[in-house]
Amino acid sequence: MENSLTIQILFYSFALITVASACLVVFARSLIYSAFGLLFAFFGVAALYVLLGADFLAATQMIIYVGGILVLLLFGVMLTHKLYDLNLKAETYQFFPALAVALGVFVLLATVLLRARWHAGAQDAAAPTTAAIGGLLMNDYILPFEVASILLLMALIGAAMIVRRRSE
Amino acid sequence: MIGLSHFLVVSAALFSFGIMAVFARKNAVNVLMGLELILNSANLNLVAFSRFSAHNLDGQIFAIFVIVVAAAEAAVGLAIVLSMYRILKSVNLDRADTLKG
Repeated sequence: MENSLTIQILFYSFALITVASACLVVFARSLIYSAFGLLFAFFGVAALYVLLGADFLAATQMIIYVGGILVLLLFGVMLTHKLYDLNLKAETYQFFPALAVALGVFVLLATVLLRARWHAGAQDAAAPTTAAIGGLLMNDYILPFEVASILLLMALIGAAMIVRRRSE
Repeated sequence: MIGLSHFLVVSAALFSFGIMAVFARKNAVNVLMGLELILNSANLNLVAFSRFSAHNLDGQIFAIFVIVVAAAEAAVGLAIVLSMYRILKSVNLDRADTLKG
């Protein structure tokens, strides 16, 4: 990654979008606003993946998170509220203990991460990763790949079984 | 210059917001949103380390498997939330206290 001014501006704007949207997820008064905050947080993380040279992962993030998981969560919001209950208030409890824990975790992590001396080698130029990832998945990671497919099948059947209406 | 620690700090912020959502929100769907934030922060860390410290794609492969697990978790979690709504007529986590002594 060349460290030009453009890259810095891009990084800081995407990081700002991500963190501000995550903030919206936590502090929004309405669940719908939380879901939209999550949408922009996913977009921001996908943009950060692009800055890290992970093009395939950025596309996967868009398709699976934005197109799949977020729609699923919106369905969850809509199905668990009565339709006339339009305000969809999101209540908060234990606000200050939770804020203290979250701030403490963030300060701890940030101090450790900023003080550590990471081993950083010379970076290669960003190259397309899709073909390499496909090759790795079909050769070195074939067993985890198959296990993941079994896991998805189990989740599919299990989710359908849990929400099924009992017959009597 | 933008280095490894910049990405790690962004990921730590995402992680803290996720923890905050899990701890402070009453609505079960909102807690699931916080979990997705936490998984995303872990993914960002994996990709950043794969880019800056290692010179292979193992971190990205691992991130793909995390995405798979996140998808399975969202599906099963929402199924559980829906059946909780069917039984309790509410998704407030405080109401799910049947097992409380």
